[in-house]
Amino acid sequence: MNPWIFVGVFLLVAGALPAFALLFAKYLGPRRPAPIKSETYECGVETHGPTWVQLKAQYYVYALVFVVFDVELVFLFPWAIVYARLPLYVALEGALFLLILAGGLVYVWRKGALEWA
Amino acid sequence: MIQPGDLIASLGSWLQRFLLSLGLAPSLVSLGVALLPAILLPVISLMTAIPLIWLERKWVARLQDRIGPNRVGPFGVFQVFADMVKIFTKEDLIPQGADKIIFSLAPVLAMAGVIGVWAVLPFAADVYGVNLNVGALYVIAVGTFGMLAILLAGWSSNNKYALLGAYRAVAQLISYEVPMVLTLLVPVMLAGSMGLNDIVRAQGNGWFVFLAPLAAIIFMIAAQAEVGRAPFDLLEAESELVAGFNIEYSGMKFGFFYVAEFLHSFTFGALGATFFLGGWLGPGSETFPMLGVVYFLIKSFAVYFVFVWTRGTFPRIRIDQMINLSWKLLTPASLGLVALIAVVHRATQATPPLLQAVVLLGANLFVFFCALLVMRSMGRMARERSTAPRPGSGSGKTTDPGQGAVARPASASGD
Repeated sequence: MNPWIFVGVFLLVAGALPAFALLFAKYLGPRRPAPIKSETYECGVETHGPTWVQLKAQYYVYALVFVVFDVELVFLFPWAIVYARLPLYVALEGALFLLILAGGLVYVWRKGALEWA
Repeated sequence: MIQPGDLIASLGSWLQRFLLSLGLAPSLVSLGVALLPAILLPVISLMTAIPLIWLERKWVARLQDRIGPNRVGPFGVFQVFADMVKIFTKEDLIPQGADKIIFSLAPVLAMAGVIGVWAVLPFAADVYGVNLNVGALYVIAVGTFGMLAILLAGWSSNNKYALLGAYRAVAQLISYEVPMVLTLLVPVMLAGSMGLNDIVRAQGNGWFVFLAPLAAIIFMIAAQAEVGRAPFDLLEAESELVAGFNIEYSGMKFGFFYVAEFLHSFTFGALGATFFLGGWLGPGSETFPMLGVVYFLIKSFAVYFVFVWTRGTFPRIRIDQMINLSWKLLTPASLGLVALIAVVHRATQATPPLLQAVVLLGANLFVFFCALLVMRSMGRMARERSTAPRPGSGSGKTTDPGQGAVARPASASGD
């Protein structure tokens, strides 16, 4: 049997179990809607303005740097499996790839793209 | 014959024979018995959460010099059940203006992301869900569901602070994903395979924690940050941004985020035990697989205890300190570590294992000291920058605190 069938069924069950528990709890609890209960919580103060506020651009920069490194890692996984069986220069090539990307990290760092503020 | 030494596998074959004797089609029976763990393992993982929450509350309490739950039942063992009853019977509130479907979907996704990892954990030589040949990559991929769930939770609650909390949480989680996956590459490299069973078996000569201790340490730190545990629990601590992304959650939905967090940290303990501490390996675990399960549980609880210990010991760190720690310390250290270990491992392939182990340890120490030196010089630079004489302050102006307060730029934690 294809192992991914197992994974598919497993994830379905892993999603269905909490969903059933949620439905169960929804019908088990009281249902007394009141306007004050469904208001947005802000430590007792009333909210002003729209909810979906403008966010810092810095979050986008972190996501961008993360994507670069994540794609690098996806390329590194096959190399990590086979480099031990191949000649030494393959390991050196992979290390060189990593060091080029480390150079990229240093560039991003020096440019100030990793500062929170 | 049901052998107690190999309980799970012999129960499985007994069940298969029983169903065949009832006259069902053989292909259906084999499919059913193969898929039975897919239904049992999620239930088992959820059942593990129950004593886990009690254990954690008692441990953290003792670390904080208090007793923990001790009213409900002897030593408070029924506290978790009481909490479950409370959570089940709470009203299901959905805030006004919230996106109903996504609001309810987020906790389900968070749980699915955590339970999904249990499909590949090797509890013993023949006790596991499925032996994927890309186990390590699958673990990372499924763990990302939790990240998505946090963003969905913050976005769909109609609340500014939930949104800000969710964005901060995702910034933290993606920052720590990089060193975590990088150090996860190290056991994959040393074992030559991504499958978790192969990684466990490759540790027969020596656990990877002794071959690559720095990778194990970085993995543990990044794992704690991924789960969102103290000292990295800025995401959902009650005093930070009003509890972060789960402000509007109450009742069962909040219960799921809560249970998902505990289960996630135990799952990372189990992963740490698998990748670095030799999984189910131990004396006698090949002949008696159930002994392998015992070793696996002991090791994962040991790693989990270290997580609880750091939770009870360190103060919470600020978001900018947290993100700087990941990008400026852990990521360069793990990049250098992976590159160095690859070259050293391949270069010493032909030498006896003990020499290889010693050289690998030396590589780890080298990267560790390089990281320490870089940290020291950066600390020195930061200290000099903060105590340097401020430009324009030597011109004899009076030090008026009001003026000084206005002139100082806004501090780092605003967004």
